[in-house]
Amino acid sequence: MIQIKELHKSYRMGSNHLHVLKGINLDIKEGEFVSIMGSSGSGKSTLLNIIGMLDEADKGSYILDNVPIKNLSEKKAAIYRNKFLGFIFQSFNLINYKNAAENVALPLYYQGISRKVRKEKALYYLEKVGLADWAHHLPSELSGGQKQRVAIARALASEPKVLLADEPTGALDTKTSYEVMDFLQGINDEGKTILVVTHEPDIADMTKRIVMLKDGVIEEDKKVQQVRASEYV
Amino acid sequence: MFDLDRWREIFQTINKNKLRTLLAGFTVTLGILIFTILFGMGNGLKNTFYKFFQDDAQNTIFIYSGFTSKPFKGFKENRRVEFKNEDLELLKEKFKDRIEYTTARITNGVTVKYKSEYGNYTVRAVHPDHQYLEKTIIDKGRYINENDITNDARIAVIGRLVEKDLFGRENAIGKYFTLNKIVFRVVGVFSDAGGDREERNIYTPVTTQQLIYKNTDKIDQINLSYKMEIGPNGARRLAREIEKVLKNKHNIAPSDPNGIYVQSVIEDLEQNLQIANVLQIIVLWIGIGTLFAGVIGISNIMVYIVKERTKELGIRKALGAKPGSVIGMILQETIVITMLFGYIGLLIGNFVLNSMGDKLEDWFITNPNVSQGTIIMATIILILSGLIAGYIPARRAAKVKPIVALRDE
Repeated sequence: MIQIKELHKSYRMGSNHLHVLKGINLDIKEGEFVSIMGSSGSGKSTLLNIIGMLDEADKGSYILDNVPIKNLSEKKAAIYRNKFLGFIFQSFNLINYKNAAENVALPLYYQGISRKVRKEKALYYLEKVGLADWAHHLPSELSGGQKQRVAIARALASEPKVLLADEPTGALDTKTSYEVMDFLQGINDEGKTILVVTHEPDIADMTKRIVMLKDGVIEEDKKVQQVRASEYV
Repeated sequence: MFDLDRWREIFQTINKNKLRTLLAGFTVTLGILIFTILFGMGNGLKNTFYKFFQDDAQNTIFIYSGFTSKPFKGFKENRRVEFKNEDLELLKEKFKDRIEYTTARITNGVTVKYKSEYGNYTVRAVHPDHQYLEKTIIDKGRYINENDITNDARIAVIGRLVEKDLFGRENAIGKYFTLNKIVFRVVGVFSDAGGDREERNIYTPVTTQQLIYKNTDKIDQINLSYKMEIGPNGARRLAREIEKVLKNKHNIAPSDPNGIYVQSVIEDLEQNLQIANVLQIIVLWIGIGTLFAGVIGISNIMVYIVKERTKELGIRKALGAKPGSVIGMILQETIVITMLFGYIGLLIGNFVLNSMGDKLEDWFITNPNVSQGTIIMATIILILSGLIAGYIPARRAAKVKPIVALRDE
């Protein structure tokens, strides 16, 4: 699903270069549940941004679902993001004046899907995350865990190939974090490829593969025995 | 532009952010309001000028005599020039292909008496054509006719207000009254768009008047109208030719600005309208300036709005919003706000103008209004203003990088 070869990325910080990614090789198959770990500054967010087409690599190749991602125009990047990827953010990033259902329907709007179908799909995915009754509530009326579940529903709504989660539990307490992970595990069980960036080992243990980044290179890449979050909920 | 979902998106953002929208729109409302009122006032001023000249037919030329200011052909300066019947006949003969109506006019102040009522009025001794030149409206009876002229008939056509003053509730037609102690019979009553002063005049046949005044053939003034076909330029030329012919006949230096005055209504009207037009253009520029200030205001607030919405725009982009869709959204939103608030300004402005009505007539503003055409133009201006106002904020919005916008603080 994702093939990354010799990926380099550096940022110009005033007069000196900051070499963030120093040759990353990563191969993720369909249906995998991968966590990218590392201390801050290890380059894990940069890697996720490149995979999410929000940023572009300087060198190396990146192939997503057999499509080489290279020199994309902003428009093309927007189309690919919409088609291939679902984003889950640490701070949820819901639009505060839209209710839960409208937030979930937003990526579908950019796919040009009719209003009626959008509504149906939004409700279907809200149902899936257990928030059907909250469809008409604004984000400000939801708890942190509920917001993240709305965000997950939104990420799923466009039926992407890969879910990208950047510290999805970073703003949640432990109990709610496990609930969210429980959801993600359920989605992964259904066959969706998921990539999670986290710095919490217990969250990483709930995925199936851990990639450790340190100073811009992969230090360790191992398959792990998945800890089911439902045991803690 | 016609995407229903886009409209829903826009109305949702406007609806959810009422205060923000109100602030953005207020400047435009004010701009259009001032623009409408100023422009309407300009039109009112023009209306007043038109009204001034409504009194007489617009193709009229007035010819007066006065005193010469230059010696010529052995005549001294400061000589009084007087027209005679033959002058009128000469003009009639010479310009018959271009002239429509002609009349002489002798003006006198007289004391008028009917039974015990009397008063001082102006008598104009005229030819029948005078009716068309002065646009006199006959309410009752008839105007002076050719028979009256040949018979030196002692008849008079009196103004509506003369009848009211002297005859009270009686019908004046057929009644005898005296002008400077000479008995005349009333054959007609008239009204005139020129107003009260015109309606206090009395018309008598020119020949009757000349007979009464020691059998002279002098006339004070000649009025004539030209055929419309010759156009304004032809009219100007005709006026100059008439001046030349008369100056030649009365031995006045061609370069003498006095002695004979030939004045055409159309030239006066054009001059006055030009003043009104210049005023309106000035007013228009003030209006455009105000509108532009409004546009800058809305643009500023939209830039701020885009800044405030950076995160939202970032989210939209991450979820697949194309740059074009973001630009379109901001532009369309700006245009909608501009138009909405612009129309509010237009409505209020129109309301103000309508309620003004004729209250400002003393200040030379009659029936101030803005025409349909202006409103359509204003709509186009509003859309353009919206585009201009939205351009910078939309470009800012397009430049929002999701990676930057979504960075957690």
